[in-house]
Amino acid sequence: MTDQPMSQWPSEWEYVLPVRPGPEQVRITVDGREIEVPNGELLIKAAQEHGTYIPRFCWHDRMKPVGMCRMCLVEVEGLRGLQISCATPVYDGMVVHTQKDDVRKAQDGVLEFLLINHPLDCPVCDRGGECPLQDQTLAFGPGESRYVEEKRHFEKPIPISDLVLLDRERCIQCGRCTRFAAEIAGDPLIDFGGRGDLTEVITYPDDPFTSYFSGNTVQICPVGALTAKPYRFAARPWDLTTSETSCVTCAVQCRAAVQSSSNRLVRLLGVDSDPVNQGWLCDKGRYGYEWVHADDRVRVPMVRERGELAEMSWPEALDAAAAGLRKVLDVHGPEGVAVLGGGRGTNEDAYVWSRFAKGVLGTDNVDAQLGDGLPADIVLGLPRATIADCDRAAAIVLLAPDLKEELPVLFLRVREAAEELGVPLIDVAPCDNGLTRNADAVVRYVPGEVHEVIADLVRAFAGDRTGDDQIDRAGSLLTGRDGDVVVILGRPSLAEAPDSVVRAAALLGARPGTRFLSALRRSNVHGALDLGLSPGFLPGRVTLDAGRERFSDAWGAVPGRRGLDASGILQAAVDGQLHGLVLLDADPIADFPDRRLARDALANVDFVIACDAFLTESTRAANVFLPVTVWAEKPGTASNIEGRVQRISQQISPEGTVMSDWRIAAELAARFDADFDLETVPEVQDEIARLAPAFAGVDAGLLRRARDGVVLPLADHHAELVLDAAGPPITDASWEPILPGTIASEEGVTSHVGTGVVEATGTGSTTTVKPGLTEVEGPVGSRAEAEALGSAARDTIAAGPPLHEWDRATGRAPAQARDAYALRLVSGRKLYDAGRVSAASPSLAPLAAGATLLVHPSDRDQIGIADGEEVQATSGRGSVVLPVRATPGIPRGVAFLSFNQPGPGASDLIDATAAVTDVRLEMVGKSS
Amino acid sequence: MPETRIVTKRLRDHPEDSWTIDRYLATGGYGALRKALGMSPEAIQDEQVKASGLRGRGGAGFGTGQKWSFLPKDVYPRYLAVNADEGEPSTFKDHMLVERDPHQLIEGVVISAFAVECHQAFVYVRGEFALGYERLRRAIDEAYERGFLGRDILGSGFDLDVILHRGAGCYIAGDETGLLSSLEGERAMPRIKPPFPAVQGLFAKPTVVNNVETLSTVPAIIERGGDWYAGLGVGRSTGTRIFSVSGHVERPANYEVELGTTFRELIEGLAGGVPGGRSMKFFIPGGASSPWLMPEHLDEPTDMDHVQNDLKSMLGSGAIMVFDETTDPLLVAWRLAKFFAHESCGKCTPCREGSGWIEKILYRMSHGLGRPDDLDLMLDFGDNIVPGLNAPFAQTTICALGPSIMSHVVSLDRYFRDEIAERMGADTRTRIPVAAPGGGSR
Repeated sequence: MTDQPMSQWPSEWEYVLPVRPGPEQVRITVDGREIEVPNGELLIKAAQEHGTYIPRFCWHDRMKPVGMCRMCLVEVEGLRGLQISCATPVYDGMVVHTQKDDVRKAQDGVLEFLLINHPLDCPVCDRGGECPLQDQTLAFGPGESRYVEEKRHFEKPIPISDLVLLDRERCIQCGRCTRFAAEIAGDPLIDFGGRGDLTEVITYPDDPFTSYFSGNTVQICPVGALTAKPYRFAARPWDLTTSETSCVTCAVQCRAAVQSSSNRLVRLLGVDSDPVNQGWLCDKGRYGYEWVHADDRVRVPMVRERGELAEMSWPEALDAAAAGLRKVLDVHGPEGVAVLGGGRGTNEDAYVWSRFAKGVLGTDNVDAQLGDGLPADIVLGLPRATIADCDRAAAIVLLAPDLKEELPVLFLRVREAAEELGVPLIDVAPCDNGLTRNADAVVRYVPGEVHEVIADLVRAFAGDRTGDDQIDRAGSLLTGRDGDVVVILGRPSLAEAPDSVVRAAALLGARPGTRFLSALRRSNVHGALDLGLSPGFLPGRVTLDAGRERFSDAWGAVPGRRGLDASGILQAAVDGQLHGLVLLDADPIADFPDRRLARDALANVDFVIACDAFLTESTRAANVFLPVTVWAEKPGTASNIEGRVQRISQQISPEGTVMSDWRIAAELAARFDADFDLETVPEVQDEIARLAPAFAGVDAGLLRRARDGVVLPLADHHAELVLDAAGPPITDASWEPILPGTIASEEGVTSHVGTGVVEATGTGSTTTVKPGLTEVEGPVGSRAEAEALGSAARDTIAAGPPLHEWDRATGRAPAQARDAYALRLVSGRKLYDAGRVSAASPSLAPLAAGATLLVHPSDRDQIGIADGEEVQATSGRGSVVLPVRATPGIPRGVAFLSFNQPGPGASDLIDATAAVTDVRLEMVGKSS
Repeated sequence: MPETRIVTKRLRDHPEDSWTIDRYLATGGYGALRKALGMSPEAIQDEQVKASGLRGRGGAGFGTGQKWSFLPKDVYPRYLAVNADEGEPSTFKDHMLVERDPHQLIEGVVISAFAVECHQAFVYVRGEFALGYERLRRAIDEAYERGFLGRDILGSGFDLDVILHRGAGCYIAGDETGLLSSLEGERAMPRIKPPFPAVQGLFAKPTVVNNVETLSTVPAIIERGGDWYAGLGVGRSTGTRIFSVSGHVERPANYEVELGTTFRELIEGLAGGVPGGRSMKFFIPGGASSPWLMPEHLDEPTDMDHVQNDLKSMLGSGAIMVFDETTDPLLVAWRLAKFFAHESCGKCTPCREGSGWIEKILYRMSHGLGRPDDLDLMLDFGDNIVPGLNAPFAQTTICALGPSIMSHVVSLDRYFRDEIAERMGADTRTRIPVAAPGGGSR
């Protein structure tokens, strides 16, 4: 693979389009209409934002202009010839004509040229019906072809990766895909080859387009040259219903448009939400919807009778569940009951379960995390940053797992901040990761000892010299920079206890001007934590003690003292102290770092209720199995790594008799004589807004109006609210970009495909739309209103229990001295693994790479084996046979093993009770 | 009329060793450099080069002094790139200069670099110049050895490094931004302008790109003065230039004459005219990119502006191709179209698709499969590549290859319309040909 991207643009040197000096806002005239736009903005964008659509193919708002397709030619008075509006910055007094004869002729000409070699594939092409080439030809192009020569031919389609197929005949050489791969994803695996009209997009000989972001090229390709295997021939766009939602495969919660046909999910498209994902999705999120329709989903409740799980009706199953819990409570009290999970549901699911577990069952042994995250005290109690804060940070410190594998679209954002926006990036990790090559300082540490390098780093930030090259360099990067340091904080390795990272977080948190962006991965874990699914907390980021009075009033009771976290719960089970367990869409045997502990624990609990969608090793042994609805089958909200609450939609009706988590909790509560009086999701949202302090002001009504969701607490983030955004001034009939708030309500109304042009009157006070599109009128957002909402929320919070702030008290974090014959284990996830989104989605399942032990070349040589050969890896916990490979990105003395791959692996080696895990490696067949 | 030898003097006088440093020094070489280093950069730019009226000899004919003046003040470093990627078909003058008088080029480079305050120059030589590369390589090494390159040149305090870079075989690397892309390690694809290379060129720094012959003229201008040079030639086409005359002539060769010399003096006088007693059918005055001229134009002077504005052609790279009465203009047009279609970089739509389309149509027309309206069809869609179709060329394309692909089509229409109409047949219905192979054998 080449080091330097071989693309025509961008060059890695800083080319900028010249901007004439002038006032910040300038007045230009487009087709006789005067508009006010920022000085230097690209003409094509300025025109678009004020209602004039200039046709284009190669230009994309999120990438640098290249001026290749020549479709956006316009006439600018005073400049000779036609200008490409995608690369013409506006200046004061510019007069533009986009509809004159010479422009129309040029547009017609470009389309004619594009069509001469373009195959007549429309009837069999996925893009048909939502194709910019079709649409622009109809609007701006020739009616008939004059070309009688032979078109150029290529073998078609050819797979360029496991997910994407390339049809070189359809390609119009716009370069969007190659530029995306190089510029945005940092995976320059596709490029142009050949020359002239035989130019084709190619991959390099031994490197297929295995990028985690390949699906984005399919979405932005203006023709059907790039198609996705999962969607090929699946549907026509006019058959689809669409709603705006968030992808909840990971906790970035990218904004997406989910589409279905005949009640089957068919596709996800990225929605351009500026604060979150800017239109991009990772491939796992994009194609990770197939599992929703997996054949082996459980759709009927089951209760264990005579050793076997038997199908039951819901009332019977709920009764059995309630009875089982009651029996445990009677004998062992609330301490004998625990709830694990809740990180994969909606916020409403989490709240009602919080109320049931803590308010009705009275137990505080509740944890949405599975021993694989960080204590909620820290996640909820440190000053927080938003994703957009990365763009303007003084520096970004990575203290997290490999973002490219776990939070891919966040990786894109951080990469862009480092590469394009000049934000210094400091990579603090035990091994090389997806962002190492974009980092300005690379700090490595021995697993278990990160707090020591962070202590030095904080000193370096203060200007001290520590003697370590990279740390001192990191410190110097802050010179001359304004703003806060943003720490992306997660659990860098599952093979070490979080104590060292917690201490590191405390040290960083003590530094003024430092804010934190969570890098916990699982789905809606942040929503779960925000709604109290963690020991010691109640909904709304208040501790048990702080919120006791309010919630006792509202719920009747709350637990007396702090309960156990996931590790504690499982340990208690092993010790015979736990008798009732609810697995709330949780799979500890797969996800808990110590598999043996999880297995032993589950085997030792008397009564297990599983609320889940699949029979897993964890849920298979349950006493009662209650099948749940999953994402896209229920409406609600979810919170991402920023604590941003966004609405997710119900796009399909679930098959079978499944129930949402929150309803299950309400039904169970009723069997304990607690009437929650919650019938609909908005009612739950309103109760949350009333009771949960961090959610003050964020009721169902506000959630419906806030285009980009609400970052909690509203009191601090009201300035970012975008209310009642009445759709875009322009509709591009071919889906690019899809802006948030432009798809009609989640009730499945057909999306806004149309060819009308919106005329904006004034600066956005009213917008009206030409026939063919939905009529929209009304004020577009109001700063004053947002401010008023913010201060009302502030008053509410001030009048209630205070939001939790972490006191930064930590315990010791002792490290073990490493055995000289052993390697210290580091474990993190890969994007494609044995988890249900990958494994139960047929397109993604084959992509899980399997577990390979990665070591430094000299460590491999010391063992005396070759790459690919197997070794026996033994820790204090167990032994696993694994293939080994050397890579220089792993420091000496360290071994990296990815987590939750098919087969035995990391969780068979990790000792959850120890601070770190060391492994000894031996050649297979040799005795120790 | 004899030649006026300025840049070709040494290589004509000493064909046995004109490229060696010793011969160069013995014939007054590097004397201009000494003189220039005693002047100020501004003086060189204004009083010498600008005053000389020297215009680019690569093809575009842009005023050299004017180009240098576009460099923004106070932005450093600057770069100088020498375009030795002579790719225009039938041009072979730089080929000769590079092989036979490389030191003259180097001296020109050093003086020019000094004038634009640049300390790193790149010579981009086309990969196919095998001997030229060797001679340049040796000349650069010799210049370093003798102190004409490197640190503190001739004790002046001026440093200059020259990097010799070989191209990898494409015509479009001769376009200035294509050349810069190639120097940066990318494919030689032209870039949109603005930004212009003088402001953001190589590595996004101010860069001047000049042709080999242009820079080779600089030593003489310094030696004898800009005013002297401006006194030669005609109008705004001052000085001399090398014309590469080829095709149906007795003595195809490079000839250096004063601008303003007539085509007849070049073709019939110096090159001996069409051999075998045959008559000329047409000639191409400025390389494959230029519109054709007819025998009636033989007495026109080789004045750049006159050729462009009055004759609707261009002097371009100064390569004259002569075709006698046995020539089939359609075949010539097709062969030129095939070249451009092959060399089109593929970046922008009109050239990428248009060049291929024109090649395919001309193939049919020149191989007995043409239709009566083919010529008008090309002119019509050609207007979408080169609006207006006539010199001075407007273009919808990124680079000047766009206008090049229409030149021969426009010429066919201007001068051979009747002949073509007759050959395509009187049938005015559109006939779709059977089994026309796509794209010839590109």
